[in-house]
Amino acid sequence: MNRIPIGIRLNLKFDMEFETVIGLEVHVHLKTKTKAFCGCSTEFGNEPNTQTCPVCLGLPGSLPVLNEKALEYAVKVALALDCSAQEFIKFDRKNYFYPDLPKNYQISQYDMPIGLNGFLEIDLDKERKKIRIKRVHLEEDAGKLIHKQDGAYSLVDYNRCGIALLEIVSEPNINSPQEAFEYLKNLKLIIQYLEVSDCDMEKGSLRCDANISLRPKGEKGLGVKTELKNMNSFKGVRLALEYEVKRQKDLLSNGKKIIQDTRLWDENKQLTFSMRTKEEAHDYRYFPDPDLAPFTLSKEFITRIKDDIPELPQQKIENYVKDGDLTRKEAGEIASDKNLSLIYEQCIDIYREPKKMYNWLTGPVLAYVNDRKKSIADLNLEPKELAKLIQYVSNGKLNNTAAKDALFSMLDEVKDIDTIIKEKGLTQVSNEGELEEFIERVLKENSQSVQDFLSGKENAIMFLVGQTMKLSKGKANPKKVKEIILRRLRDVS
Amino acid sequence: MNISKETVKYISNLARIELTEEEIEKFSLQLNDILRYIEQLKEIDITNISPTAHILPISNVKRSDEPRSSLKIDEVLKNAPQKEGLFFKVPKVIE
Ligand SMILES: [Zn+2]
Repeated sequence: MNRIPIGIRLNLKFDMEFETVIGLEVHVHLKTKTKAFCGCSTEFGNEPNTQTCPVCLGLPGSLPVLNEKALEYAVKVALALDCSAQEFIKFDRKNYFYPDLPKNYQISQYDMPIGLNGFLEIDLDKERKKIRIKRVHLEEDAGKLIHKQDGAYSLVDYNRCGIALLEIVSEPNINSPQEAFEYLKNLKLIIQYLEVSDCDMEKGSLRCDANISLRPKGEKGLGVKTELKNMNSFKGVRLALEYEVKRQKDLLSNGKKIIQDTRLWDENKQLTFSMRTKEEAHDYRYFPDPDLAPFTLSKEFITRIKDDIPELPQQKIENYVKDGDLTRKEAGEIASDKNLSLIYEQCIDIYREPKKMYNWLTGPVLAYVNDRKKSIADLNLEPKELAKLIQYVSNGKLNNTAAKDALFSMLDEVKDIDTIIKEKGLTQVSNEGELEEFIERVLKENSQSVQDFLSGKENAIMFLVGQTMKLSKGKANPKKVKEIILRRLRDVS
Repeated sequence: MNISKETVKYISNLARIELTEEEIEKFSLQLNDILRYIEQLKEIDITNISPTAHILPISNVKRSDEPRSSLKIDEVLKNAPQKEGLFFKVPKVIE
C-alpha cells in the first residue's frame, strides 16, 4: 500500500514544471494567376462568384487539371524548407460537408504529399534551433461564407474556392510562444524570398492554426492538446499561445484535466474559447482522387526548381556577418526584407562600408519608407546614388543633416544625388573664410554664451556650434565650426 | 469485419443520407456481403506489388497557368436553389 500522505503527493504535483509543446499548421495562397485545378482568375477583391466555372463550382462532369505553376511553387517551397524531394505524388479527396465547399470534398494530399521531413532554423537568445517540418502539401482553398447578422442564413462567394493553397505542417518541437513567433516570421520570409506568395495575413493569403499541449518537464509522451484558430496576425498567434499556456498550466496545477477541443482566439477579449465541434466532423475518409492522375517528378525537374531557389535569408545573414562585420542581429535586419538586402548588396559592391550602409539603410532609408508609407519594393532608390551619398558624408562634402535631406529629396523627386546637391546648394562649407563670417556673427549675437564658456561652462560651445549651423542653413561642417570657435575663444581668454 | 447497424447509421450520417430502420437493416446485410466478397482479395500475395494510385496508366496531366474565361454570373447562379445579389444563399450552418 502506498503510505505517502496524500498532501505530499499533491504538493509534488503543484510544484511540477511544465514543458510547452506546440505544432503549427500554416496555409499560404500560392501567387499563381489561375486557380489550382481550373483557369479561373485568382485576383483578389472582385465581384462575388464572377471567378467561377464548372470545375471550381463542382458541377457534375467537370474535370480538374493541375496548374503546373502551382506544382512548381509547391516543390520550390518544399525544397527551400529542406524537405526530401518526392518522386511520386498524388492527390486525394478530403470529404466533408460545408457550404464553402461545393464538391463536398476538398482536393488535398494525404499520404504522398509534395514534401516530407524538412526543417527551418530560428534564432533564439543564445542559440539557433532547428524546427522540424513534417510535411508540405498542395490543396485547394474553400469559398468564403458571410454569415448574416440576424443569423438566419449565409451567403457564399466561391471566388476564393479552388485557389492553390500550400499547407506547411511543423513537427511539435516548438517549445514556447516566442519560438512559434520566430518560426512564423522565418517561414514567411523564406516564402517571400521565393516570391511564390504575398503571405498577407490581412488579405487571408497566410493563415495559421496552432496545436498546443503541456507535459511535465522531462516526460516523453504528449499531453492532451487543444487546437487554436482565428488568429489574425503573428502577434495574435503568440498572444493566443501565451494565453493557452497559462490556461492549461492553471488547470493542470489544480489537478484538473485538459479537454481536447478546438478553440477560437478572441482578439478583443484576449482569450480563447471552445468552439464545441462535433467529433464525427473529423472523419474525412480520404481516398485517391480518381479525377487526377498522379505525378512523377523527374530528377531534372527537381534540379531545375532547386537551381531556381535564390539565396535565402539565413544564408544572407551568414554572409553579411562573415564579409561585412555586421552582428547577427544587424544582418538579420537587412535580410528581413529581400529588396532591402538587394539594395545593401549592390551598395557595398560599389562602396565597401557595410556598417555605414547598415546604418543608412536601417536609419534614414527606413525612416523615409515609414514616413511616406511606401514599401521598399517601390522606392526609387538607385544603389549607386545611395553609395555616392554615403561617400560624400565620409569625405566631408555633406554633413549628416544635409545628407538626410538630400536622401529624402532624391527619393521624392527621383533625381540623382549630384543634381539634388546642386539644386539645393547642400554642399558642406568647410572653407574657413566662409565659416569665419558665420562664426563672427554668432559670437557677436550670443555674448552671454561666450561669457558662459569663458567662465567654465563647457557646454556653451555646443550652443554656439548649433547657432552657426542654423545660420549656415545646415551647410557648415560642424567639426570645423567647433574647431574655429574653440580657437577664437582661446585667443580671447 | 462486421457492419453493425450502428456503423450503417454512422456512415449514412456522414453521407447525409436519411435511412429508415428497414433500410438500415437491409444495408447492414448487403454491406456485410460486399465486404465478405472483398475479403477474398486478401488471399492474394501482394508483397511485391505497390498500391495503385490511379487505375489508368497516365501521369503528369497538367496545364499552364493561363487564365481562361469563367462562367457568366447568371449561368453561375442559374441552378442555385436560392440566391441573393451575386451570392449563393444557403441555410445557416453551425460547424
Ligand atoms: Zn474555376
